[in-house]
Amino acid sequence: MTLDPRKKQELEAKIQSYVGVESVVGTASDLVNEPMIRHWCEAMGDDNPAYLDPNRAKDSVHRGIVAPPPMLEAWVMPGIRPEWTLSVEELEAQGRTIHKQAELMNVLTEYGYSGVVGTDIEHGFERYLKPGDQVSATLRIEDVSEEKATALGIGYFVTVKRSFRDQNGDEVGWNRFRILKFWPAEQPAAASNDAAPSANPTRLQPPRGHDNVWWWDAVDAGKLLIQKCDSCNTLRHPPRPMCGECQSLDWSGVEASGKGTVYSFTVLHHPKFPGFDYPFAAALIELEEGTRIVSNVLGCDPADVYIGMPVQVSVEQVDEATKLPIFRPVK
Amino acid sequence: MANSIADQTAIVGIGQTEFSKNSGRSELQLAAEAVKAAIDDAGLQPSDIDGMTTFSLDTNDEIEVARCVGIGDLKFFSRIPHGGGAAIGVMHQAAMAVATGTAETVVVYRAFNERSGRRYSVGIAEGIVTPDLIHWSWYLPFGLLTPASWVAMFTQRYMHEYGCKGSDLAEVAVSTRKHAINNPNAFFYGKELTVEDHQNSRFIAEPLRLFDCCQESDGGTACIVTTVERAKDLQHKPAVIRSAAQAAGADQENMTSFYRPSISHLPEMDLVAKQNYEMSGLGPDDIDAGIIYDAFTPIVLFQLESFGFCKRGEAKDFVKDGNLEVGGRLPCNTNGGQLSEAYIHGMNGVNEGVRLIRGTSLNQPAKNDHVLVTGGVGVPTSGMILGQAS
Ligand SMILES: [Zn+2]
Repeated sequence: MTLDPRKKQELEAKIQSYVGVESVVGTASDLVNEPMIRHWCEAMGDDNPAYLDPNRAKDSVHRGIVAPPPMLEAWVMPGIRPEWTLSVEELEAQGRTIHKQAELMNVLTEYGYSGVVGTDIEHGFERYLKPGDQVSATLRIEDVSEEKATALGIGYFVTVKRSFRDQNGDEVGWNRFRILKFWPAEQPAAASNDAAPSANPTRLQPPRGHDNVWWWDAVDAGKLLIQKCDSCNTLRHPPRPMCGECQSLDWSGVEASGKGTVYSFTVLHHPKFPGFDYPFAAALIELEEGTRIVSNVLGCDPADVYIGMPVQVSVEQVDEATKLPIFRPVK
Repeated sequence: MANSIADQTAIVGIGQTEFSKNSGRSELQLAAEAVKAAIDDAGLQPSDIDGMTTFSLDTNDEIEVARCVGIGDLKFFSRIPHGGGAAIGVMHQAAMAVATGTAETVVVYRAFNERSGRRYSVGIAEGIVTPDLIHWSWYLPFGLLTPASWVAMFTQRYMHEYGCKGSDLAEVAVSTRKHAINNPNAFFYGKELTVEDHQNSRFIAEPLRLFDCCQESDGGTACIVTTVERAKDLQHKPAVIRSAAQAAGADQENMTSFYRPSISHLPEMDLVAKQNYEMSGLGPDDIDAGIIYDAFTPIVLFQLESFGFCKRGEAKDFVKDGNLEVGGRLPCNTNGGQLSEAYIHGMNGVNEGVRLIRGTSLNQPAKNDHVLVTGGVGVPTSGMILGQAS
C-alpha cells in the first residue's frame, strides 16, 4: 500500500518544509517540586536519596534535593490531554497553540502514515534542577528522512531536538528524539478480522511444488536430504527433476550426515523482514558429501562466523510456522 | 558466419528523462519521453522506427509506447529477461535485427519508477512470479531476500580468496562519485565521497555497506540503432557496435549461482568477454574506457578480471591509484555510474558509452577509440564494445 506519486510529492514537499523549523513547546505549569520528584521516582523505581531524602541530600554536592535528570521532559509535559488531542479552538481557548512537531505529525497522519513509534533518544544535561526552578522548552525539527521501508511499514523518520531552559533563560539540558511515522504494514488476510496483529511474526514460508515438496516434507520429519541420481549417483542441490550429468529422471533422497563447513556467508542488517532477528548470518554451507546449501548459522554471535567454520545441522522449529535445517558451530 | 553483426550497426541517437527519486508520472510517460528524445537526438522521425526492444521486466508495452510516440508499423519487437543482465542483451537484439535486415531502425528503451514505485531493493518478499517460486524457496526462509544479500555471498568468498578488503571496494565507489560531482543529472552531483565516508557507512549485508550499493531511481532512457550506412547521413558521430554478445554460464542460477566449483568469478561474463574480443578482433589493451555495470561495487572488480584488464584476484590493486578515473588506465562509469548517477538498469550507461565515443561526456577521457559497456552481474548477462566509424 502506498500513495500515488502525485500525492506523495505533495506530502514530501509539505513535510520537508518543516526541516529547520523552530517552535515553542511551552513552560512548565508547576515549578520543580519535591512531591512530583517523589512520584516520578516511585513510578520509575528509583530510590536515590539525592532525589528523595532531604537530610542526606543536604550533605551531597548539590546541598539539597535535586530532580533526576531524565525527568527533564516531564516538567513540560502537557498533562493527560496533550495538545494533539485538542482542536485548534480548544487550544486557543486555553491560550495554547499547537507546536510544529505536533502539526507535522498531523500532516503525516492525514496522508495515511498513522503509525508512530519512537526509535531512539539522546540526552544532554547542563545542570541538575532544584525545587523552585521553572523549565520551559523549545524544539527544532532537525530532519525529515526520505521514505524508508521498515518492518513496520513504509514511513518517514523525524528527528526533533528539544532545548530546555530555566527561569533565567540558561540551557539546562536537551534531547534529540527520533520518531518513525509509518503507514502500518497490511496484516495477512487471515488476521484481518483480528484487532491485534500477531506478536510473533513468522518467517516467509518456502513455496512447495512438485520438484521440492519431497525435500521440505523430509525437513518436517526432521531430516536433511540430498537428491541423488539413481543412474550415475551424482548428488545435486538444489533439487531438479533431471540429472544434468546423465539426463536420468530417476532419483532418490539420501540423508546427509549434517556435517559441513561455512563456504561463504553474509551478516544481514537491512532491510529488515518480519520473522528475523537482525543482525544474523546467512551462510552457504558445503556439506561433507560435497553439495552446498544456503541456511543460517545460529548458536554463536554472527560476528564469529568465518569461512571454513565447522558446523553441524539440526532441524529446528525456528518460529510457530517454520521448521528449517539450521547449522550450529561444532563445539 | 561468426562475425555477422560486427561493425554493421551504430547507435545514432540517445535520449533520457531526468533521473529522480520520484518522477511524479507514469512509467509509460517516462518511456515515451525517453524514446521521443532519442528519436529527436538522431534527427529522425517517429515513422522511421520499425523495431523496438526492451527488458522483460519493463512494464511498458511496445505498442503502447509506439502509439504514444507516433511510431507506425513495427517489423521487430523483443524482450530480454534477467533484470540488469538484459542491459546489453537488448542492444544485441537491436544489432541483430538491423544487421539481418529484419528492421532498419530499432529503438531500445527502459523506463521505470524503481524508487517511488516497485523497489527492487526491498527484495522478493512480495510479488514473486510463479516460475521463480521453487528457485526462491531455497533462500526465502533463510532471510536471503535482497540483491545485496545475494551479491554479498559472492563478495565474502572473493575477499577471502584474494585478500580483498572493504577499503578496496571503497575505491570503486569513490571513483564513480568523482565523476558524478561534475554531472548535474547525477543524484550525487557535487557531493564528495571519501574512502573514510564509505568505511563509516552502515552495513547492509556484510561485507557490503551502504555506499557499496547503487541508487534507486525513477527515470527512462532510450537509444536508436540503425545501419552504419544510414548513420553516415545523420547528425551525430555514430557509436559503431563493434561487437555485442549475451551469455549464461554453466550451472547458472538467477542471482544465486552458489553451487559452482568456484563462486569468486563469473563464467557468464568471461563468455561475454571472449565473444566480444573474438567478434571485434580487439583485446583489453584496446579498450580506452568502460561502462562497467555497477549495481554493487564488488561486481566491478569481478568484471575487470573477466575482461582481462588484470589477472584473477588482482582487481583490488587495479582499482587503486585512480585507474578508474579520467587520466587513469581505464576511466569507468564517467557519468557516475549506477552508484552515483542513477540506477536505470544499466541503460543510462549505454547512453554514456555513446557520449564517450562522441567525445561529449562531462568527464571525457582524451582517448576514445573503444568503449566497453556491460550488463548486470549474477544473472545471464551481456556486453558490447562501441567504436568509431571507419
Ligand atoms: Zn545422473
